[in-house]
Amino acid sequence: MLIIILKIVVLTFCVVLPLVPVAVFFERRFCAVIQDRVGPNRVGIPLTLFGFKKDCSIFGIGGLIQPVADGIKLFLKEDFTPQHVRKVFYWLAPALTLAPALITACVIPFGTDVTLFGHTEKLVIADIDIGPLFIFSIASLTVYGIAIAGWASNSKFPFLGGVRSTAQMISYEIALGLSLIPVLLYFGELNLSAIVQQQADHGWLLLPLWGHDAAHPLTEKLLFWFPAAVSFLIFTVSIFAETNRMPFDFPECETELVGGYHTEYSSMKFAMFFMGEYAAMVIGSALIVTVFLGGWSLGFGTDAWIAKLNIAGFGVGGLLHLGIFLAKVLAFILFFILVRWTIPRFRYDQLMKLGWVIFFEAALVNVFLAALIVAAPHLQGAIIAVGALLLIAVTAAIIWVARVSEIKPQILRA
Amino acid sequence: MAVIKLQRPKLGPGEAIYLTALAKGFFLTLSHAVKSLLGKSMGAKDLASSGLGVTMQYPEQTWDDHLPEYYRGAPALVTDEQGRERCVSCQLCEFICPPKAIRIIPAEIPSDDPWAKVEKRPAAFDIDMLRCIYCGMCEEVCPEQAIFLRKDYVITGLNRKEMVHHKDKLYQIGGVRTGLVNKWNELK
Amino acid sequence: MSDTPSATIPITLPKDLAAAMGRVNVQINGQWHHFPKATRMIEACRQVQVAVPHYCYHPKLTPSGNCRMCLVQIGMPPRPAPGQQPQRDALGYEPITWSPRAVIACANTVSENMGICTTSELVESCQAGVMEFLLINHPLDCPICDQAGECRLQENALGHGRGVSRFVDRKVKKPKNVTIGPRVRLDDERCILCSRCIRFMDEVAGEPVLGFTQRGTHTTLSVHPGRLLDSNYSLNTVDLCPVGALTASDFRFHMRVWFLKETPTIDVNCGTGTNITVWTRENTIHRITPRRNNDVNSDWMPDSHRLNFHYIDSSSRLTDPLAKAGNHHRQATWAEALQIIAPQLKAIAAPAIAIIASGRMTNEELFLTRLLAQQLGTPHLALVPRFAAPDALLIAADRNPNTTGAKLVLQSADPYAGLDAIRSAVRAGTIKALLVFGEDLISDAGFATADLTKLEFLLQTHLLANPTADAAHLVLPAAAFTEKRGSMVNLTGRLQRLNRATALPGQARDDWEILRDLTHVFTGAAAAPAQIDEVFAQLAATIPAFAGLSLATISPAGIPLLDTGHSIPLLDTERARTAAGRING
Repeated sequence: MLIIILKIVVLTFCVVLPLVPVAVFFERRFCAVIQDRVGPNRVGIPLTLFGFKKDCSIFGIGGLIQPVADGIKLFLKEDFTPQHVRKVFYWLAPALTLAPALITACVIPFGTDVTLFGHTEKLVIADIDIGPLFIFSIASLTVYGIAIAGWASNSKFPFLGGVRSTAQMISYEIALGLSLIPVLLYFGELNLSAIVQQQADHGWLLLPLWGHDAAHPLTEKLLFWFPAAVSFLIFTVSIFAETNRMPFDFPECETELVGGYHTEYSSMKFAMFFMGEYAAMVIGSALIVTVFLGGWSLGFGTDAWIAKLNIAGFGVGGLLHLGIFLAKVLAFILFFILVRWTIPRFRYDQLMKLGWVIFFEAALVNVFLAALIVAAPHLQGAIIAVGALLLIAVTAAIIWVARVSEIKPQILRA
Repeated sequence: MAVIKLQRPKLGPGEAIYLTALAKGFFLTLSHAVKSLLGKSMGAKDLASSGLGVTMQYPEQTWDDHLPEYYRGAPALVTDEQGRERCVSCQLCEFICPPKAIRIIPAEIPSDDPWAKVEKRPAAFDIDMLRCIYCGMCEEVCPEQAIFLRKDYVITGLNRKEMVHHKDKLYQIGGVRTGLVNKWNELK
Repeated sequence: MSDTPSATIPITLPKDLAAAMGRVNVQINGQWHHFPKATRMIEACRQVQVAVPHYCYHPKLTPSGNCRMCLVQIGMPPRPAPGQQPQRDALGYEPITWSPRAVIACANTVSENMGICTTSELVESCQAGVMEFLLINHPLDCPICDQAGECRLQENALGHGRGVSRFVDRKVKKPKNVTIGPRVRLDDERCILCSRCIRFMDEVAGEPVLGFTQRGTHTTLSVHPGRLLDSNYSLNTVDLCPVGALTASDFRFHMRVWFLKETPTIDVNCGTGTNITVWTRENTIHRITPRRNNDVNSDWMPDSHRLNFHYIDSSSRLTDPLAKAGNHHRQATWAEALQIIAPQLKAIAAPAIAIIASGRMTNEELFLTRLLAQQLGTPHLALVPRFAAPDALLIAADRNPNTTGAKLVLQSADPYAGLDAIRSAVRAGTIKALLVFGEDLISDAGFATADLTKLEFLLQTHLLANPTADAAHLVLPAAAFTEKRGSMVNLTGRLQRLNRATALPGQARDDWEILRDLTHVFTGAAAAPAQIDEVFAQLAATIPAFAGLSLATISPAGIPLLDTGHSIPLLDTERARTAAGRING
């Protein structure tokens, strides 16, 4: 029991939550670099205030303390509750946004085992056998926070933001779920720790280049690479939409909706939305890394050696894996930011079309394709051929229907 | 009416799924970021960049050497080579000032003053630098070439009072300016 | 051509209409109008809103025709050959033959079928030429010239000048900054020799101390040797001066005129009720100028009245209610001050209370004073008289501006009558409480300090610290005349309105509000009416002379309310000069 609470505290509050300010800092610095600026580069620990000779800046990089300064600023700001809001829900909404994002962290495997004083402990809070399902069910609760914030603010821009967010999240939930089914089919497993372990042993889903054996022949792995890539694409894009990141940041696109659903919020309540958003981004990255990019695994057969690494009786292999995992997550967060400055914002109807007409169908077809590839070794050639033909026919039909149903733009005559 | 109809370009199958375009975009953004990190941004040299992007690190490096001739900094009053304060407090700058930053209290020059023939000068000349928008209208409207926008831009103060430039401060910033038209010399 | 009106000529054509009314037809810039005979051309143009630039012409002065700025082109019908009938167009007007020379519009009068053109090329080139000559010796020191912003030379240089100077010679130097009188400074370089000031001093003020000396470009305006421009009307020359040659020492270098807000109101220094404009910027009065009203003050006002506004901003202004505590006064709030009054007055029997009001109060204030007296039940209500020698122009013997109004509102033939009785009753000790509104008893009403110390309760409203306030148990800060809105009736019986030009300082309150609150002290009723317009409405409902009027409808020129038989000497002189044809205004 104690060990679980310790794990919750350590992994949530010492690993995931600090990742949020770090992500914010990364975002600010990387944005600045992309835009030929410098970004926050000055905030250090103001030791001179306490009589020291020099201020301290961590690793010699100025600005690393910026997130702390931001946090203090947000804490100290006036917490203003407008007169016209529905108080209970107004107060509830920020918590409803932040909490689910953090709860989902409990099934993410952060690394292999850590051995301390002869006690071995897995680096995952809840090693349950329904990992992805748990994440989907909890993460979709985030939308309540946003919808309630929009409604409780009793103001038109937050309301529109809330409505948009709800529609967007519901639309992409389906593609998100469907795109993961091929992966689950392939692993035959719903426990995220087991999925990562399998990737460490037999090659990452998107990099299946080692660990071949009779049960995991190279041909099958390579064949499955295509549906896996499609799944990865759909899953990644859907995560972008779920986390309201550019290019899908409709609930808070400032050119149209001022601040979106958090227009009426200030101080720590605003900060909680902000943190919820970045926490969702961190968890989304972690999930993608876990499922598609081998989680804590370094790859190429090194993981077994790392896991056994033992210094003076302490099994530190898990910690090394934790480091690898965090590095991967941060790299993916950088990718998030890169996307933000590369792809302009979609139009709302484009977003809906992408979700319902393209991703939903593509994910569906992908499920059957993956099923065919996974089942192929156990079937006769004729059945495979029929199955393949059927799949092609269905795909063609879907594409045709999508094309035909598309509304042709009316030519306006002057 | 000349109406030009533009046809949307037909997209090939590769373009239609956007993936190549996305990849190109990522590459472009990333390469720009690398350039910026290496201090090779466009215009970095001209703008005296500190080495990251095109930004000049302000308190350590300053703009002073790079200010153009036409730079509009703090407005200031000037004296001429004869040591005469040029302002005659005609209050045109006070009138034209869009944010009403200027306040002048005119006064008569006492008859024992060497420049008594000019008759009028400001007893008080205040410019509220919190209001000033550095538009340069005062300089443009001045019929006496008495007020100029200088290159001073570091206007700081700990309270509102300190941010009001009084006459002494204005003459201190302005200093002596030579080569102006001395029309009052011709007056009897 | 028929100049004589005759009932025998049937009116068939538009041009005959004028003849029937004894007027003459004149074409101005292509439009036909008709004017009374002997109207000056510049005046005719002004009546039909055609602007003719000018400097020396002034409707209240004889035309001198020396600025040459008002040049216009005129034309007359061709003289018919003997036996030839004049040609006429469909409306009956004869064709006009235009003269190739321009004439001045100020000194010439209109005649039948005359044409005046103010926009022709000839006129414009004439005006540009005159402007160029006027500017040759002008110092162009607008930045230090007080007139800048209301200078005719600036306006006309912009409207009719060349824009650039061709003059390369030395300008003629003349005396600058000459003190020619106690209140006026002269800058001869700026003078354009229009002679308005000379004519004013001669014709209106009756003290011809100004004149031109020297000749040609060296002509200089100067004051007669051994004399000074010290007439009580000298500052009118500053108003008259179209350029900055004459400036007022009082206003000199105080503020540029374009910053000033103009509020039309009336003067309160004597019974004439001179119409004035108060020039303010941000609650500070910078100057007062006369406002034209041909039934009150023409275009003029005396210097003594004009300069009597500095006390409003002075340091002796009262800004807080003061309650007596021992030997000195302490600042109080209005609520405290009003609470002091009721118990003090209730303890004293009504006949032992007296009210001394002021002839400087507006009708509304006097009306509220009357209500207060009625409420207290006291018969003792008197005003402080203020009589001095009149002058032969505008200053009336009665220096209270609203004596006529007081007579109407208080419905008494002599509102000053009761003052002596009150004074002796105070001395005798039969009057124990005195409410004084806007008057200083010791300086103006013949009271001695010892008289006032006998009183059990003395309340004074005033705007300045004064000897009476020293003895008063309660002093309430009141409003100056530029801070009030209200109405007064001048000696001729003209109802005129004061308008608020500045805001009250500190806690000071408008007098009518103080009086209203005093009437409510005993009843404890809410402060009503809320607006002075409502007080006037009550007044109009009570006093027959004001029936049907409202404060807002009093026009800037005032409303003649009754005929008191009083006449203003300056207006009599002016009417005589108009009748003699010397002036046209």
